[in-house]
Amino acid sequence: MGVISRRRGFAAVAVVAAAALVAAAGCGKSDDSSSGGKITLSVTVFGDFGYGKAGLYDKYMQEHPNIKIKELGNGQGLTDENTKLDQTLAAGAGAGDIVALEEGTVTKYKGLAQDFVDLNQYGGAALKDNFLPWKFQEGSTADGKLLGLGTDAGSMAICYRTDMFKAANLPTDRTAVGNLWPTWDAYLAQGQKFAASPAGKTAKWVDAATNLYNNILMQVAGANTGYTYYDKSNKLVLDSNPDIKAAYDLTTKAIGEGLSAGEISFSDEWTAGFKNSKFATIACPAWMLTNIKQSAGDGLSGKWDVAKAPGDGGNWGGSFLAVTKQSKHPAEAADLVKFLTSPDSQLAVFQKANNLPSSPKVYDNPDFQALKDPYFNNAPVGQIFGAGALSLKPVYLGPKNNDVRTAVEATLQAVEQGQKTPAQAWQLALSTGAAAAK
Amino acid sequence: MSLHLDATPAHGPTGAARQAPPPRPQRSVRHRLTWLDIKGSPYLYVAPFFIIFAAFMLYPLIYTAYVSTRNWTLGAPDSTPAGLANFRELWHDSQFWTAVGNTFGIFVISTVPQLLLALFLANLLNRAIRGRVFFRIGMVVPIVTSTAVIGLVFSQLFSKDFGFINYLLQGIGVHHIDWKSTKWSSWIAVATMVNWRWTGYNALIYLAAMQTIPKDIYESAALDGARPSTQFWRITLPMLRPTIIFTVIMSTIGGLQLFGEPALFGSGSHYLQGGSLHQFQTVTMYLLQEMFERSRLGYAGAIAWVLFLMILVTSLLNFLVIRRINSDK
Repeated sequence: MGVISRRRGFAAVAVVAAAALVAAAGCGKSDDSSSGGKITLSVTVFGDFGYGKAGLYDKYMQEHPNIKIKELGNGQGLTDENTKLDQTLAAGAGAGDIVALEEGTVTKYKGLAQDFVDLNQYGGAALKDNFLPWKFQEGSTADGKLLGLGTDAGSMAICYRTDMFKAANLPTDRTAVGNLWPTWDAYLAQGQKFAASPAGKTAKWVDAATNLYNNILMQVAGANTGYTYYDKSNKLVLDSNPDIKAAYDLTTKAIGEGLSAGEISFSDEWTAGFKNSKFATIACPAWMLTNIKQSAGDGLSGKWDVAKAPGDGGNWGGSFLAVTKQSKHPAEAADLVKFLTSPDSQLAVFQKANNLPSSPKVYDNPDFQALKDPYFNNAPVGQIFGAGALSLKPVYLGPKNNDVRTAVEATLQAVEQGQKTPAQAWQLALSTGAAAAK
Repeated sequence: MSLHLDATPAHGPTGAARQAPPPRPQRSVRHRLTWLDIKGSPYLYVAPFFIIFAAFMLYPLIYTAYVSTRNWTLGAPDSTPAGLANFRELWHDSQFWTAVGNTFGIFVISTVPQLLLALFLANLLNRAIRGRVFFRIGMVVPIVTSTAVIGLVFSQLFSKDFGFINYLLQGIGVHHIDWKSTKWSSWIAVATMVNWRWTGYNALIYLAAMQTIPKDIYESAALDGARPSTQFWRITLPMLRPTIIFTVIMSTIGGLQLFGEPALFGSGSHYLQGGSLHQFQTVTMYLLQEMFERSRLGYAGAIAWVLFLMILVTSLLNFLVIRRINSDK
């Protein structure tokens, strides 16, 4: 006290400075990323997570009048999203509040766990039962941090064109179609029948070798080793995992039989291929349904249908929502993540945008069971995709999974383009895959 | 210095300066300020450029050199020294050499026809032809079109299934080319995009240069009976030499940094791949792939520096060659 009274001038300055600091800090808290006293939270996605379509943002903003949500990146590719995320994380700014992480790259971001908020600090651990056990596990790091909460799962089915099946004298009823292919070999055999039919003159059996390959691999790996390019100790096992070779050989067999339209998946030509009816079937995780609707357009509504996939279940894809350390409002962001990944929200997304919930609590819900999709000839998508989801065997994906996958996929495209024989391509895949893992 | 010497005699006749009392301080200050103004202000005027150059060109260049000697993963807080390991790895990296081959290949098959065509077009437009203004404006249109749009349009033209080019080729009996699948077909597709965009630009530069050539030279040549083609080879071309050197060097720099066209041509989720076997992956695409997809900053830095040196050497070689060809005339 004495000091203050003796040095009133200094004290005044100190008080002013402290007030300024408080004001500045206050600004940081409430003004920095807000307009009119509101907190703005950004949600960066790729593809379509369906939150806008399902009205979840509006609902949340109504319930939380102080929050404004801004979604970024809707429609962009996964690689683009990851690239921007890598850049903004490295730069230390611009990553936003909430980001979507895909299962193929989430392991990589576990290695950058220091850039993300541990959702356990915001009550994430209590939500464990809301998710499939493996899904919750995938979002957690080895030392128990909760990096992200699960959004959707991929599951697996085959989408097919009923009109083309009819023209090829194949059954069109989805149960009968599912029975056509108990195995992938049977699926390829049906493809040869299709190729020999009149419908096979203008269209191919599958869209792209890469999509076929990824689905087969995820299923085979789920049933056998439980991992793909990396084993669970993050060692590259590209050359020794029999599941990879099995999926690769099946795929090159399909190419050799002329069953693939040879599209580069997610390219403009691939998109045009849907509209121009260039292929009769496509391996279909639940998220593919949205891709089909958007690419094929309303003109082909009702001509697509969904049947069970060959083999025994499987999963490709699915994502997480994480909060970056850069967020100025981690508590609010974590709360929004909890809301968006809640069972109710996941069901709403499935109803409007087809992304399959990763919450087992949804699968028994009568609304989920009853859901039919008019675009897919009223296929009971809830039953089809939900059936396998509970018994799904998870597949572990290593740190540079997507880079290795890209390199291996490229060699399959080289076979499709007639530039390499399957044997040459496999050797190339081993070397380029190893280079991509560096 | 010259001003200082000039100013001295102003004090008086020869010898007066030496005997004159030392200049009054205020005069000296003004004197020095004037001197500083004359000597210093030019540097001040050009300073903004050099400051920006230093901040956005020189510093990144040096920093990239530093990064290229590190093992650094994008996003990782720390890096470890790598010495020249990145460069050694690059030397044995077949994907890098494929990219170098692609870059030079596309550069040659785009730049050479492009500049020749530009010269030809400029020569045509330099004459009194009907609708000259229309054609001159027409040449500029591709320049103001964004690369993204060009990439989209041409990707569709060169589409394997429904492409217009394949449709035309079918008419003359050539069957269905999958443009992205082989090296040559993809190079041609990419070079076509590049040419479409830049031919007009170069033609415009040539045209501007042609119009600075005095008309009376042509008139006297015509009086001497020189035909238009002779006039072109003997007058126009030699007088265009500095301009040709400029366009060749600019095309070299642009061509070796080619990115937008091939990246857009290879649409899809992994467009930086540049085709299944990297048929049309250029060095800059590979650089970005290493940097952002594979997160190897140090290695990407090494690629960037090697690319920089390649551009430097190629520009120099081109400069020497072009200068020589022209001085033979």
